[in-house]
Amino acid sequence: MNPHKSPDEGKLAPLLLENIAALADSPMRLMEVCGTHTVAIFRSGIRSMLPPGVELISGPGCPVCVTPAGEIDRAIALSRKEEMILATFGDLMRVPGSSSSLQEERASGAAIRVILSPLDAVKIAEENPDKTVCFFGVGFETTSPAIAAAVMEAGRRGLGNFYLLSSQRLIPPAMRALLSGGGVKIDGFILPGHVSVVIGKAPYCFIAEEFGLPGAITGFEPLDILEGIYLLLRQRKEGRTEIEIQYSRVVQEEGNPRARGIMGEVFAPVDARWRGLGTIPQSGLVLREGFSQMDAAQAFDIPYAEVEDPPGCLCGEVLQGLVRPPECSLFGTGCTPEDPVGPCMVSTEGSCAAYYKYGRGAGGDER
Amino acid sequence: MCLGIPGRIVSITENQLAEVDFSGVRREVSLMLCPELEVGDYCLVHVGFAMQRLDPAEAQETLELLDQFLEASGESP
Repeated sequence: MNPHKSPDEGKLAPLLLENIAALADSPMRLMEVCGTHTVAIFRSGIRSMLPPGVELISGPGCPVCVTPAGEIDRAIALSRKEEMILATFGDLMRVPGSSSSLQEERASGAAIRVILSPLDAVKIAEENPDKTVCFFGVGFETTSPAIAAAVMEAGRRGLGNFYLLSSQRLIPPAMRALLSGGGVKIDGFILPGHVSVVIGKAPYCFIAEEFGLPGAITGFEPLDILEGIYLLLRQRKEGRTEIEIQYSRVVQEEGNPRARGIMGEVFAPVDARWRGLGTIPQSGLVLREGFSQMDAAQAFDIPYAEVEDPPGCLCGEVLQGLVRPPECSLFGTGCTPEDPVGPCMVSTEGSCAAYYKYGRGAGGDER
Repeated sequence: MCLGIPGRIVSITENQLAEVDFSGVRREVSLMLCPELEVGDYCLVHVGFAMQRLDPAEAQETLELLDQFLEASGESP
């Protein structure tokens, strides 16, 4: 038995949908913050099963999508340095910088390695003592403890040739920025299951306490998502606003304190730029003193330069839930997964790619 | 990008590394973030690190809420 799998979907999904329909007596707009949820929602066809009043909008939870082009340019600048090996996750390879992508750089001869774990980058540094190895580390709280652990491991092994270009981002500050901006109307949040494995429930409580909105930390199986939606509708019905944990078979209320401890030992919060959301206070991570000798941004001459979004690209608005992908004039015509303009079409977890693949493609899909 | 894959720990080698079985495929996984894990435990793995112990008994249980729905609809859970 796969312990991750939910119970019998065939019998339970209709029951959950019935109960959702019974509570959907007035419109409710729910944001799924996490890109993995976006893909699961499209793949399972949940949008088309929900009663008309329940609307799902995608949020800024795709790490690749919120990485500004200027940071891709910095990674490209690093990869062009002599005796440099750049290691990164595969999702980043096709994301366009201002004039190139890591994939194009690799095709022109740059030593860029796609890795599955940050520890692979440490291994590459150990096996190549005559090279400089830089890990371009992108991710949210799910991934940051693993990146922190790899940094510690590089320190423990005494590797002088290992560096980190940190492009990590934190979810709760982005949600605060989204809510404070007030541009998008949200009645509740489907909260990211695997970010919450690390951070637990407490960092979301401001959503209920300060903004009066319900949240449900939700798993990724179709039944999990339906139950998450049901919990949010039930809170409204009962006049409650709190953060509930639907995904309790995996998420502990306190998260993983050890993972957070390692993350906090290695990184300090810092203001960070998000595509579409601008600079958000204390929403990024920088290496602390004691590890800062591994900071590629300090060790190498790779200044950050702001890059304008490509003309017509609405990724910034899509990431804030202000615009649905089919409303972008490039969607499905000038911008497709084969020939993407913006990162939301590049990443498999981007809203545009999900709409294109599982919606009605170039014709646009409104539900 | 935040995908987590469940696996079962087959063996633990030195230095907080484990061999983990993912439905027949075995890979090396670090236990640095979950040092309490033991051989036979199920865990959620993300980018080569065990992130959380999974309780198979709990996972097999039908969720309480769903039980209530089934009871209300007259079906046995």
